Amino acid sequence: MASIDTAVESGDPAVSEPEIGGVRRRDFINIAAVSFAGVGVVATVFPLVNQMNPSADVLALSSIEVDISGIESGQAIKTSWRKQPIFIRNLTAPEIEAANKVDISGLRDPETLADRTQPGKENWLITLGVCTHLGCVPLGAAQGEVKGEYDGYFCPCHGSHYDTAGRTRKGPAPTNLEVPEYSFLSDTVVKIG
Amino acid sequence: MSFPWAQQYKPTTEFGQWMDDRLPVGRLIYNSLGAGYPTPRNLNYMWNFGSLAGLFLVIQIVTGIILAMHYAANANIAFDSVEHIMRDVNSGWMIRYAHANGASFFFIAIYLHIGRGLYYGSYKAPREMIWLLGVVIYLLAMATAFMGYVLPWGQMSFWGAKVITGLFEAIPLVGKPIQELLLGGFAPDNAALNRFFSLHYLLPFVIAGVIIMHIWALHIPGSNNPTGVSVKGKQDTVPFHPFYTAKDGWFVGLALIFFTAMLFFMPNALGHADNYIPANPLSTPAHIVPEWYFWPWYAILRAFTFDFFFVPAKLLGVLAMFSAILVWFFLPWLDRSPVRSGDYRPRFKKFFWFGLVPCIVILGICGGAPAEEPYVMLSQLASAYYFAHFLIVLPLLSRIEKPAPLPNSITEAVIGKPLQQAS
Repeated sequence: MASIDTAVESGDPAVSEPEIGGVRRRDFINIAAVSFAGVGVVATVFPLVNQMNPSADVLALSSIEVDISGIESGQAIKTSWRKQPIFIRNLTAPEIEAANKVDISGLRDPETLADRTQPGKENWLITLGVCTHLGCVPLGAAQGEVKGEYDGYFCPCHGSHYDTAGRTRKGPAPTNLEVPEYSFLSDTVVKIG
Repeated sequence: MSFPWAQQYKPTTEFGQWMDDRLPVGRLIYNSLGAGYPTPRNLNYMWNFGSLAGLFLVIQIVTGIILAMHYAANANIAFDSVEHIMRDVNSGWMIRYAHANGASFFFIAIYLHIGRGLYYGSYKAPREMIWLLGVVIYLLAMATAFMGYVLPWGQMSFWGAKVITGLFEAIPLVGKPIQELLLGGFAPDNAALNRFFSLHYLLPFVIAGVIIMHIWALHIPGSNNPTGVSVKGKQDTVPFHPFYTAKDGWFVGLALIFFTAMLFFMPNALGHADNYIPANPLSTPAHIVPEWYFWPWYAILRAFTFDFFFVPAKLLGVLAMFSAILVWFFLPWLDRSPVRSGDYRPRFKKFFWFGLVPCIVILGICGGAPAEEPYVMLSQLASAYYFAHFLIVLPLLSRIEKPAPLPNSITEAVIGKPLQQAS
């Protein structure tokens, strides 16, 4: 029984509690309480980290519609999708032929032009204008820009060359220019995203 | 910081020993929050609000840093960026409501913490520095809360900024230039918003620094306790860990239940609907009041409706409002009674419960009410008592009051006198 002269020791106040198989009831309480607090902390931290993910207004930019009726054969335009450049290129017949002539087994990222376009619309090459090396915008879409050794795109940052199908041919780029998800709403309107 | 009866830190691992010789973090924690800090064994639940206020400061800093990732401090888009947080940012509504209600909970904790100090005489020797630093923390917290309330740039934000900076205009001669200096203009605009944002981000870290000094100063004499009798030896104490870590932990859980209930079910209950209207410099809301935690001081400000000789009412109100808090800085020397705890001061106790507490509640109610009768009259009476309490009642009581007999020790107050004496 505690009296005025008894000091209260540190540590577990229930040390005198009998053990059952080496386990005390207080051990259960300790583990249960700390686990519960742990679950609470995780549940709290999740939204505090998740807030950094793209917000609803950013995701709302996820699809755009582009009118391509003004793009003549041999021309390309740059547009913006999710704050990233998109190249829409109307390939000429010789460019399609050049792309199809390539033996894809020798490519770093083997894909045919047909893999990268939609059936019946092989002249429409739609890719992200983002070099797959480190994210610069390659040249070659606008008139007068350097198109590289393979007449497609050329990235000035680290010298990657892409061919007329947007495939990596030379330089450090590891993969072909990315083809976004898109569909033709009509012959003149394409929906990207 | 070290009491002869405190348990000594002994590293249990080789690494702990290695660290202890170089950077004794473990020793610091052990001696300030661990078993090395002996704490009075009889602390009641009023001693839980210090750690609770600390928790809410942490919540404010964490949610605030996150909000600053999405908020834009520009008068043209500030309001929209707050709506962007509410609608577009993942869980943004929750983080903003947590920040808005967290401020209220911080003040609830801090007011009960101050009230505890007032009743149990925690401001008296040898704890004057703890008290003074606490008043500094409170002043900084008020400045921080006020500037934070301006940031959403709604109607209440704008007019709050205008009215509060208008207080400085009451200063004779230099008032107008000071107000223009504070605002960086003639009315709140982009310049004011940006500096408020900058300072609103800075001040919580200043508060955290003063809190470190507040706790440092606390750990010199150790905590006060409900009897006000000093700790006489080891038998009067329990180690901080596990006893008060567990008690604080459980109380934090309880407080968070109330906090989340507010957060999820009535997040706007303490706010003002007018602040969801974008700031309009051409139209003042019909009923403009500050947040609830400023109401008592706001009531004192408005209580002065008359000129006093050559001092205009406007200046009087401002002086009275600031004096109402500044008087706390003199409290340790106004109340000279050697007895700390109100439990052993029969008259002080009556003046505390039937004078000061209702007076502050009345001031609070009047501060939130429109400036009309009967609230003006009530504010005037309550303001008069408020100052009388600190400047007349407390000094007088320390002279004439006959305190009740104090227990010989904390342990005797808890367990009773030793058996051999009782029989």
